Amino acid sequence: MIRFTKVSKQYPTGNDAALHDISFHIGRADFVFLTGHSGAGKTTLLKLMYADERPTSGDVRVSGFAIGRLTRDEVPRLRRRLGVVFQDFRLLEDRTAAENVAFALEVTGARPDTIPSRVARVLDQVGLAMKAESMPRELSGGEQQRVAIARALVNDPPVLLADEPTGNLDERATRGVFQLLCDINAAGTVVVMATHDLDLVRAAGKRTLEIRDGRLVFDSAASA
Amino acid sequence: MNLITREALLAFRRTRTLSILSVTTIAFALFVTGLFGLVALNMRTALRQVAERVQVVAFVKRDTPSQQVSAAMSDITVFPEVLDVQYVSETEALARAQRDLTEFQEVYKDLEVNPLPPSIELTLKPAFRTAASAAAVAERLKGFDFVDEVKYGQDWVQRLDTLRDIAGLIGLAVGFAFALVSMVIIGVTIRITVLQRAREIQIMRLVGATDWFIRGPFLVEGAIKGFLGGTLAVILCATVFGLFRSQKMGLGLGLQFFGAGQACLLLIFGVLLGFGGSLVSVGRHLRDESVTKGLRRTTDRVLATKPR
Ligand SMILES: Nc1ncnc2c1ncn2[C@@H]1O[C@H](COP(=O)(O)OP(=O)(O)OP(=O)(O)O)[C@@H](O)[C@H]1O
Ligand SMILES: [Mg+2]
Repeated sequence: MIRFTKVSKQYPTGNDAALHDISFHIGRADFVFLTGHSGAGKTTLLKLMYADERPTSGDVRVSGFAIGRLTRDEVPRLRRRLGVVFQDFRLLEDRTAAENVAFALEVTGARPDTIPSRVARVLDQVGLAMKAESMPRELSGGEQQRVAIARALVNDPPVLLADEPTGNLDERATRGVFQLLCDINAAGTVVVMATHDLDLVRAAGKRTLEIRDGRLVFDSAASA
Repeated sequence: MNLITREALLAFRRTRTLSILSVTTIAFALFVTGLFGLVALNMRTALRQVAERVQVVAFVKRDTPSQQVSAAMSDITVFPEVLDVQYVSETEALARAQRDLTEFQEVYKDLEVNPLPPSIELTLKPAFRTAASAAAVAERLKGFDFVDEVKYGQDWVQRLDTLRDIAGLIGLAVGFAFALVSMVIIGVTIRITVLQRAREIQIMRLVGATDWFIRGPFLVEGAIKGFLGGTLAVILCATVFGLFRSQKMGLGLGLQFFGAGQACLLLIFGVLLGFGGSLVSVGRHLRDESVTKGLRRTTDRVLATKPR
C-alpha cells in the first residue's frame, strides 16, 4: 500500500534535511503508529504520502501512485483514494456536520442523488447519526474529530492518514477516537497515525515507526 | 455546473459586505471608463460634424464654355475622394453672397457687373476629410486649365487633423489606464474573497477536488460581480449624462448616449474583468498555497487551535 525507498526530504528553506534516507513498507490492512519528538519529521512523512510535499530523493509509493512523479491532475486522483485527518479537525464552521461530510463528495463530483445516503451511512459509522444537523461549534472536540474522520472516509479510501488526531482531545475522547480508528482498520482500511501519546502507543500494541531527527530509528515490525 | 453556481451564490451571501464592496468598486472603475467613453463618443461625433464642412472649391475662369466644365465635372466625380460635385454659377454665387453676407447686401445690390466667378464645389467622402487628401484633390484640380484658383480652408482642416490625432491618443491612453486600474482593483477584491475562503479551498484540495473545480465558483462569482458592476456603471453613466444634459449649458444640444451595442460592450468588459481578475487571483493562490500551509510546527498549531 505504502512504500518508502531511501527517501530524503530537504525543505528549500530548511538548513538541514527534514528526512534522511527513510525506507519502510506498510502492507494491506496495517495499523501503524508514527512517533518521535517534536520536529522529528512525522508531519513531513505524512505530507509526502498525500503529495503535499515531494521527496527530494528516493521513491514514495502510495496505492500505486509514484508521489515524486505525480502530475498536477494526478494529485486530486490520489487524494480521492486517501483520507486525511488533522489535530485541528479542519471543519467548515458555517456548515453542519452532514454538510461538512457532503462537501467532500460534492467537490469531487459525486452523483448528487447518492450523497445523502452516503453521508448518513458514514456519520452512523462514526457514531454521530444523531448530530448530523449540529454545527461544529455545538460539538465536543471528540465529536468534531469524528466528523472529520467521517469526511475522510466518505469516499471509501483504502488508506487513512491521521496527523495527531487526538492531540486536542482529553483522555476519554482520545480513547473513543482511537477505538474508532481501530474499527476502521479492522474493516480493511490502512491507518497511519502520528502521535505524541506514548501511553496510547504502548497500550495499543500496534506496529510503531519511530523517527528521530529525520531518521527512522525504530520499526517494531522489523525488530519483531 | 449547478453546484458551482450554488457555491458561488452561497459565497456571495456569506460575504455580503465584501461582495457589495467589490461590485461597487468594479462599478466605479467601469463608470469612470464609461464616462470617458461618453466624452470620446461625443467628441468624435462633434469632430465628424465639423469634418462634414471640409469642402474644396475650384474657381472657374470666366467665359469657360459650359460643355468643358460639365465634361470636367464628370471626370471629377470619379475621383476616389469625392462624394459630391456641385457647379455654382456666377448668378448663384451672387445670390448666395447677398443672402449670407448681410453686411454687404447694399454693396452687392448696386453692382453693375457680377464680381463673383463661377465655381465647382466638392464634398469629400468621410475617410478623406483630412488636410492631406484635400491638398491632393486641390492639386489635381489645378491641373484643369479653366481652373483659376482652389481653396479648401487649409488652416482649419490641418487643425482638425491635429485635434483628431490628440483626441485619439488621449482616448487610447486614458482608456488603457482605467482598464488596468479596474483589473488591479478587481484582482485585489477577489484576492480578499479567496483568502477569506482559504479554508474551504484547502479542504477542497485535501479531499481531491480538481483545480478547475476549485476555480469554478470564483470565476462564476467574478463574472457575476463584473456583470453587476457593469450594469451599475451603465446606470450611473446614464444618470450623470441625464443630469448634465438637463443643465442645458449650451452644450446640451446634440449630445448622445451609448447605443445598445456600446452599453453591452461595457457590460462584457465588466464580465471579462471580473472573470480575468478571479482567474489570476485564484491561480496565484492555488500555486502558492500548500494544503497544510500555516500549520507547520507545534507552536503554529497551538496558535491555530481555537480554545474550547
Ligand atoms: N514547510 C517547511 N519549510 C521548512 N522547514 C520545515 C517545513 N515543514 C517542516 N519543516 C522542518 O522540518 C522538520 C520536521 O518537521 P515536522 O513538522 O515534520 O515535524 P513533526 O515530527 O511533525 O513535529 P511535531 O511533533 O511538532 O508536529 C522540522 O525541523 C521543521 O522545522
Ligand atoms: Mg507534526
